[in-house]
This record gives sequence, structure tokens and C-alpha cells, in this order.
Amino acid sequence: MSAAEETQGRRSPQVNGGTAQATVGSYGSSAAGSGASPEAAPAPGGKPPRAGARLLNTTGGRVLLGLVVPVVVLAAWHFSTAAGVFTSVQLPTPASVWNAAAELIQRGELWNHIGISTQRVLLGFAIGGLLGLAVGSLVGLSRVADALFSPTIGAFRAVPSLAWVPLLILWMQIGEDSKVTLISIGAFFPVFTTVYLALRHVDQNLVEAARAFGLRGVRLLTTVQLPAVVPSIFSGLRLALAQAWLFLVAAELIASSMGLGFLLTDSQYNGRTDRLILAIVLLAVFGKISDALVGVVERWAIARWA
Amino acid sequence: MIMTSTLSVSDDVRTDDAVASERALPVTFESVTKSFGERIVLNGVDFSVRAGEVLAIVGPSGCGKSTLLRAVAGLETPTSGTVRIDSSPVTGLSETSAFAFQEPRLLPWQTIRRNVALGLPKGTGKAAGAAHVDELLEHVELSAYADHRPREVSGGMAQRASLARALARRPGVLLLDEPFGALDALTRLKMQDLLLDIHAKHPATILLVTHDVDEALQLADRILVLSPTGGHEGAGVANVIDVPGTRPRDRSSAELGALRSTLLENLGVDSHRH
Repeated sequence: MSAAEETQGRRSPQVNGGTAQATVGSYGSSAAGSGASPEAAPAPGGKPPRAGARLLNTTGGRVLLGLVVPVVVLAAWHFSTAAGVFTSVQLPTPASVWNAAAELIQRGELWNHIGISTQRVLLGFAIGGLLGLAVGSLVGLSRVADALFSPTIGAFRAVPSLAWVPLLILWMQIGEDSKVTLISIGAFFPVFTTVYLALRHVDQNLVEAARAFGLRGVRLLTTVQLPAVVPSIFSGLRLALAQAWLFLVAAELIASSMGLGFLLTDSQYNGRTDRLILAIVLLAVFGKISDALVGVVERWAIARWA
Repeated sequence: MIMTSTLSVSDDVRTDDAVASERALPVTFESVTKSFGERIVLNGVDFSVRAGEVLAIVGPSGCGKSTLLRAVAGLETPTSGTVRIDSSPVTGLSETSAFAFQEPRLLPWQTIRRNVALGLPKGTGKAAGAAHVDELLEHVELSAYADHRPREVSGGMAQRASLARALARRPGVLLLDEPFGALDALTRLKMQDLLLDIHAKHPATILLVTHDVDEALQLADRILVLSPTGGHEGAGVANVIDVPGTRPRDRSSAELGALRSTLLENLGVDSHRH
């Protein structure tokens, strides 16, 4: 544990997530504006196709362009390591990272690491996201709840994520509960903040009309207020997902025997830079995939509600 | 809903609960005063609107016409005095009235049909509600656009949808706050005819706030002129004009022309210049 704590100390600035949360405010309110007046959005299409931009206008073309930078980086990595610019402890070759992956797959460990990490992220994201939506709705709509809870929630938000870890371990031991709870805390705040801010910018004329036709409470929330802030909810959810992966690594770095965060620390002790890089690449790939999946749902939801 | 069931008892011909509320109701203003902070807007409005009549409310801009209408809907609470629909005082949002706003105020993410259905009274059965909505969409000539979103239809269509949404409530009192004010002149004339048509099919007392004197003369049984009276701050009933003739009225009749001059003078406009 002592080595793990040392790791924690050195990594805490990166895993804190303070900057990610700080951006939530402006992000949320701008999205709220567009949610309240969807008519203001420019009509899609109607752009004259330019010869140079033809690639940009097809999905395949955009995927192709998106692959350019990773391929260049991979090539630079390959040639610089092959030329002996770095020692293999500093930076192993892409091929050895690939071999490390193959070896872990063969031993049946890699899928366990990926599986447990994904499970923790999804559970924490779901719990934190739902709570964020519920509490954000309550505090965003009720002036009493706002006055009562906002200062406290704001204070809790100011607590760096890693400060919770000792307490969570004390209360819930080193198991799944403490990890999922930590990730839920991380996912909660972006959703809470965006929903809370966006609900104050819902078109009051629409709300009044709905109230005049007898809509109140939960029905008013689900019929008018939440649909009006769908774009903000999704920007909150995407931030929350990023936070969930961030907090996953925080949780796994400290106390775990499985998962991608464990793979990171374990590789560090054993001097396996190849596995360390593998873990980082996997975090990037799965983080991107999960974000893209939420993005697909987001596009559908915005077409439906905005 | 208590109101509705009382009515169905008194009205023994109609036993169906949903149909029962489709009866025009009288509205009474008893010394209605409303002030916003220091500013007095309405000062002791006393007036009785008969069941089933079309009352146009005119007055100078900012004199509290909308406030008076909103007080009937329960969207504003009078500072003092009482508004009664039938004999019950209005406290909170009233279920026996329905409001059509100056802007359509439709939910942009719902179809026209679902927006109209929003007006259905609580506890309407699914099939009965759908049938009623379809019927209303036909009356306001929107059947072909039922599955369009509000942004895909014209301003006049959106305003007709808003009217249908108010009618879906089967209101005893229909409150219209300059509903045609933002429409072009031709569409406005069509909408006025449509409103009369609807009034014939759906019995309701109509309170229509308008700044258009001709519209008031064309549609109303009586015109209430709301204006500051007797040196008081805040508006009261300055004049009540009975409009002669059955509707639809000849828009160019001489009798209406004379009333028009009276009305404009009431509103402080020199009618010879217009």
C-alpha cells in the first residue's frame, strides 16, 4: 500500500478533475440557451459543396481524416524507437506494446481488466448521472430547494475527488462499492450543474402555457422542462462520462487487484512500460468509444426534442 | 373537476362528464383591483359577462386588458376583489376556462396533434381524447398537418393549433389574448371567421382582448372599453358598447362605421383622421 499511496500523491493533480468541472458552467448555460430557443439554430444543409471540402461531407471521409493523426503518431513512435532514440524502459516499440497485449490476452487477464473497469464506469455513470438529473431538476426548479441545498452541494463539489477515497474505503472497505461510489460522485456533478443551470433558462412562456393547461409537478417536468433542456442534459452526460473514466483510474490506482488503473500501477512497479502504455491506449480507446456511443444517442435525442 | 360534476347534476340532459363542461359560463368581476408593486393597473373593475356572449375588451396599450384576462384564467391573482366563473370564485388555475395566448406557445418538440392533446381535461380517456383532438383539428383545418412540428407550419396555422388546444379543454370560458395580433391582415380575417364558426359549434363565453377596433366590431356582442376613469390611477370600465346585428356582419356597414368612430374617440383617437 505504501507504494500505492506514493503513486496517489504524485498523480492527484491529474486525476482531480477540477478543470473539467470548472468548464461545466459556461458549457451548460450556452447549451441551455440553444435548448430554450431551437428556432435560432441555423437550418442544416444548404451549404454549397466545395471541391476541397468534399472529404468533410461524407462520414467515411471524416473517419479517414480522423485517422491521419493517430497513424502519423504511430509511425513517429515506431521509427523513433526503432532508431534507438529512447531506451525500451522509457518508450518501448509499438510492436512490444502489441505483444504485451497479446500476452495478456493469452493469459486471459486483459478482458478481465477491461471488463471490470467498464462495469465500474457504467455503474458509476448510471448512478451518478441519474442522481445528477434528479437533484439538478429539484434544485433547478424549486427555489426552496435551491436556497437549502445549493451552498452545500457547491461545497461538496469543491472537495477534490481523491479526498473521498480514505473515507470511502473506511466506510465501504476495498471493494466494488467504494469504487462505484467514487465514480458516481464524479459523474454526478457535471450532470447536476448543467441540468440545474439549464432549467433556469427554459422559456417561461411555454411553462406558463403548460401550467394554464393543468400541467404540474412531475408531469410538467417531463412534458416541458426536461425536453426543453435535452441538449444540456447530454452535454452534462458526456462530461460525466469523461469524469467517470477519470475517477475510475483514481479509484483503481489506489486500491484494486484488477482493472485498467491496477494495470497501470502494477506495470509501474514491475517496470513494464509496454503494459503501462497499453493501459493508457486502452483507456483512450474505451473512453472514446463510450463517448461516441453517448454522442449517437445525443444526436437522436436532439433530433427528437430540439 | 368538482365544478364539472356539479354542472352535470344540474344539467340533466347531459350526463357524460366530458360533455357536461361544454356549457357557456358567465363571468363576473367584482371590484377587481390589481397592482404591481406601486403601480395600480386595474382599479375596481365591476362587470358581468353573460354566458355565451362574445365580449371584446379594448383599451389603450398597457391599460391592463391582458391582466384582466389573466385574472379570469387564474394566471394572476387580483390584489383585491373577486373574479367569478359561474358562481365560483377563481382561486388558482381554473379548469373551466382555457387560454389562447398572443403567441402560439406550442411545444416545439411535439407534433401539432400532441400539442392540441395537451389541452384535454385531466382524466380524458385515450380513445375519447384522440377522437376529440381529430375533430378539433378538422375544425381548425389542420388535419393534414397533424403530424408536423410547430416550426414546420405557418404562424396562422400555429395560432389555429393554439386555439384548438384551448378548445380541447371544452372550456366554459374561452380567453383570447390578442390571438390574431401577430398575423397578416388576410389571415386575420380568415381567423375571425373561423372563430365565429367555432363559437357556433362549441358553446363558450368568449373574452377577447384586442387592439383592433374593427375586429371587436366584427366579432363581439358587446365591447368593453377599459381605460383610466374619473382621474383615478389604473383602468376601470370606461364604456360598454352593444354591437347591433347578427354575425357575420357586413364589414362596411354604416352603423358599424359610426360605432367605430365612437370607439376610437373612447380610446382617445381622432376618428376623422383614420
